[in-house]
Amino acid sequence: MEVVWAGLIEGLRMLFSGDAYLWEIIGLSARVSGAALLISALLGIPLGALLGLTHFPGRRVVQALVYTGMGFPPVVIGLAVYLLLSRNGILGPLNWPWIPQLFTVSAMVLAQVIIAIPLVIGYTMAAVSDVDPNLRLQLRALGATRRQATWTVLQEARQGVIVALVGGLGSIISEVGAVMMVGGNIEHATRVLTTAIMLETRRGNFDFAIGLALVLLGLAFLTNLTVAQFQRKGQ
Amino acid sequence: MSDTPLFELHQVSKSYEGRTVLAVEALDIRRGEILGIVGPSGAGKSTLLRLLNFLEPPDGGILKYRGHALQPGAVPLELRREVTTVFQRSALLSTTVRRNVEYGLRLRGERDSRAAIEKVLDRLGLTALAHASARTLSGGEAQRVALARAIVLHPTVLLLDEPTANLDPYNVGLIETVVAELNHEQECTVVLVTHNVFQAHRLAHRVALLLGGNIVEIADTPTFFESPCDPRTSAFVKGEMVY
Repeated sequence: MEVVWAGLIEGLRMLFSGDAYLWEIIGLSARVSGAALLISALLGIPLGALLGLTHFPGRRVVQALVYTGMGFPPVVIGLAVYLLLSRNGILGPLNWPWIPQLFTVSAMVLAQVIIAIPLVIGYTMAAVSDVDPNLRLQLRALGATRRQATWTVLQEARQGVIVALVGGLGSIISEVGAVMMVGGNIEHATRVLTTAIMLETRRGNFDFAIGLALVLLGLAFLTNLTVAQFQRKGQ
Repeated sequence: MSDTPLFELHQVSKSYEGRTVLAVEALDIRRGEILGIVGPSGAGKSTLLRLLNFLEPPDGGILKYRGHALQPGAVPLELRREVTTVFQRSALLSTTVRRNVEYGLRLRGERDSRAAIEKVLDRLGLTALAHASARTLSGGEAQRVALARAIVLHPTVLLLDEPTANLDPYNVGLIETVVAELNHEQECTVVLVTHNVFQAHRLAHRVALLLGGNIVEIADTPTFFESPCDPRTSAFVKGEMVY
């Protein structure tokens, strides 16, 4: 118990004294997960809206695939991305400049996009499907173009879309398996909150691990608080 | 009201999953008239309104608007925006009454519309509710907002799909008054779909009976109610079941 209290106090001190190494890790985590969330939002929100608003052959199969993706273990995604990008993999030997290399921030972003995007698509799809189907017809009757009507429906579903983004962020900021496999937890390069907590715990640096854990807990708390706020407003 | 047809329908049909729900041999809707369309549930009344608002293309036949034969799915936006519909379910946006009323104007890029909105809100007794959330409105208030956001656009054609179903007499009276005034003052052509033959009698210049997707009879209102040609019309206005 003494170790925990001492670690907690030291962790808080490091956090508020502006410890450079600690804040570097926090900054990298924010950059990686922020970029992954942005890409997931740009791709996932339109795709979710499309799946929620249009009917086409095979839509149910696509929906089933999205739901499957929502429950995919991150470590399996890490393995898939690793195999895809490694020198003996499918994309690695091509050496195309836009294909990320293993053990880089780009590879970590790619893995996190693959984790977050089914969640963003799935939650967005559910949110726009919940909007009154008569509303879209009414908007068109008022002179909205298809694009204007879709944008308005998305605005009506905004609480669900924000929940989708927060859910996507929650899934990647606290994830360890995939970023460890494709990022490698390299100091000053690919070390993020979750991989650093694992490493420092193994080393016995509980104060540092607790400091990082406090930040992660704070982020998780803020994430859930935001979701709860939006759900309360939506009722 | 002029005799010039605004809409001309010839052999217009519409089917869903192989079932024909509308098969109109011929129908002219005159500029400036109020045309009542009555008929039992499932007669094709709402389908007809969706075609007239260009929300769906007909499967066959010719649909002319202002003399232009319109190609399915290629109706110019400016023509489409001359027509609007108030549906039975008001389907309001989850924002304030005022934002709902100005929605169509914003779509058209009309920024200087404050006076027009105030006027319409006042006309429909909604001024005190302008900043209220649409979610808190009663059914009658919501339907008045739906009408307000349609008429603020000064449509050439206003399509009404059971606009007063399940409303109290006060709201029915107010909505009917505004529709009649709009038609009289602005020569707005109105197509009123209703189950309520008394409402059609009160408002419409001409009335059509739609049965099984076909127009059984269309006549000026006194003739339709007092000396109809078709026995099914006679039965329908007496409140008997006809199919």
